[in-house]
Amino acid sequence: MSGGAPHDLLDAIGGAPPTTSDVVVEARDVHKWFGRLHVLKGVSMSVRRQEVVVVIGASGSGKTTFIRCLNHLERIQKGRISVNGHLIGYREVNGKLVEDKERNIAAQRQEIGMVFQRFNLFPHKTALANVILAPVQVRKMPVAEAVEMGRALLDRVGLAVKADAYPGQLSGGQQQRVAIARALAMKPALMLFDEPTSALDPEMIGEVLEVMKELAREGMTMIVVTHEMGFAREVADRVVMMDDGQIIEEGTPEHFFTSPTHERTKAFLSKIL
Amino acid sequence: MTLANMDGGVFSLAVIQFDPSFFWHYLLQPSQGYLQGLALTFGLAVAGQTIGVVFGLLAAFARLSRAWPLRSIARGYTWIIRGTPLLVQIVFVYTALAAAGIFRFHDIDLGPFTFAGNIQAAIVALSLNEGAYMAEIIRAGILSVDPGQAEAAKSLGMTYPQSMRLVVLPQAARFVIPPLGNEFNSMLKNTSLVSVIGVQELLLSTNTLVSSTFRVFELLLVVATYYLLLTTAWGLVQSRIERYFGKSTAATDGPSFLERFAGFRLPIEADDAPEDL
Repeated sequence: MSGGAPHDLLDAIGGAPPTTSDVVVEARDVHKWFGRLHVLKGVSMSVRRQEVVVVIGASGSGKTTFIRCLNHLERIQKGRISVNGHLIGYREVNGKLVEDKERNIAAQRQEIGMVFQRFNLFPHKTALANVILAPVQVRKMPVAEAVEMGRALLDRVGLAVKADAYPGQLSGGQQQRVAIARALAMKPALMLFDEPTSALDPEMIGEVLEVMKELAREGMTMIVVTHEMGFAREVADRVVMMDDGQIIEEGTPEHFFTSPTHERTKAFLSKIL
Repeated sequence: MTLANMDGGVFSLAVIQFDPSFFWHYLLQPSQGYLQGLALTFGLAVAGQTIGVVFGLLAAFARLSRAWPLRSIARGYTWIIRGTPLLVQIVFVYTALAAAGIFRFHDIDLGPFTFAGNIQAAIVALSLNEGAYMAEIIRAGILSVDPGQAEAAKSLGMTYPQSMRLVVLPQAARFVIPPLGNEFNSMLKNTSLVSVIGVQELLLSTNTLVSSTFRVFELLLVVATYYLLLTTAWGLVQSRIERYFGKSTAATDGPSFLERFAGFRLPIEADDAPEDL
């Protein structure tokens, strides 16, 4: 039953989640300040359905802040972001953007899965309970159905036998696979990965990347902040290089491996490759 | 054993007056009224603590709120309560408010028994006081939960109340439970203060006996023993509760009551050790 290569992840949640538009993410001229610090200086990005975009850049370049804006974990001060055709975090009133009601923001986040660098599993709940918590409480899915889906998801990420284990009893790689299953359980139209392997011991990185690669192959729309260029080369449709709050270079993985143009990109790649 | 004391310029020897049989009698065969006092002490402590936790939760959320009026109200509440003596608060709530014509606690008839006004006032004062201390404890507990937990809850589409109820508060409980236990220990003893507004709890029941028997020493030993029994029994319950809340997150159990009592940890047994990964 369990173990082996990850497989049929989307099948476990009833097929590829519906997307209402071909463009899943549309970010235009996004600006963000932390106090006086201008961390995003006009970032624009558009992600098509089933596209896998890898965002790279040195720490402090704004890449993590940017994907946190995509599900409104961070407010933005200028620009606009829409996911699946809905404006995220804000609504338009007389041509001006005002922050949306908390309830509406919560509803929008249901279609955006997020995987964190530090896993952020709920330590007081078992792996299975982590996976089914939001489907039951937020989506109001019947418990029996959620348990069935949760077990299927854990099985597909190779953790069927760990369903009843608490996060503290799991290795980092196992925790991150549970975290991916937890995000998928909400049947998101988009998955955001914020340096999902950076907190892992080297021998556990592979098992997490395998799950992500499988997800990409099955057609999930993904934005991945990572330094794993091997992953980028294998599954990314596009790589985006950020520096000092801006996108400075964009292209296929091949482009980044063979002929990066920007000096900063070259310097950055020479350090991580 | 004798003690020398000065009396009218003449040294005299006084023999310590202690009647052991009186002590044992009142300790082991307390009167019905005395047991009612004990029950009232316990009831007041439970009521005061429970309502105090509710006040504390409300005040803690107010302190963490984005709305500044709420924050100010909560801050003022804890400032006043923690800055004045509980004894003053008790007399204020019951006697002073009535004297000023602001509010008077009336007895409430509940069929077979009466909910006396001074007991109502006692519960109000005790829980208002407790709420201010619990507010700080609960706020600290919430703040000590990794912010990533609330973010994960948000990213799954939970609203703020859902993330609090399902994710943050259950984890904050681990930080809140030990000081909460200590608060209840204090509460059991602080109930003795409401004797000043005539609530017949354990201490006032004792004082009533003292005035009819003049056996101050024996009877205060008895009442002290009863308080000690209450707090010791609570200590046992508390360590059970702490173990329960620690089980899923800690790789090993916390110290047992005996271990805490003794002040050192017993070695971990092999099958208690964390699972090898």
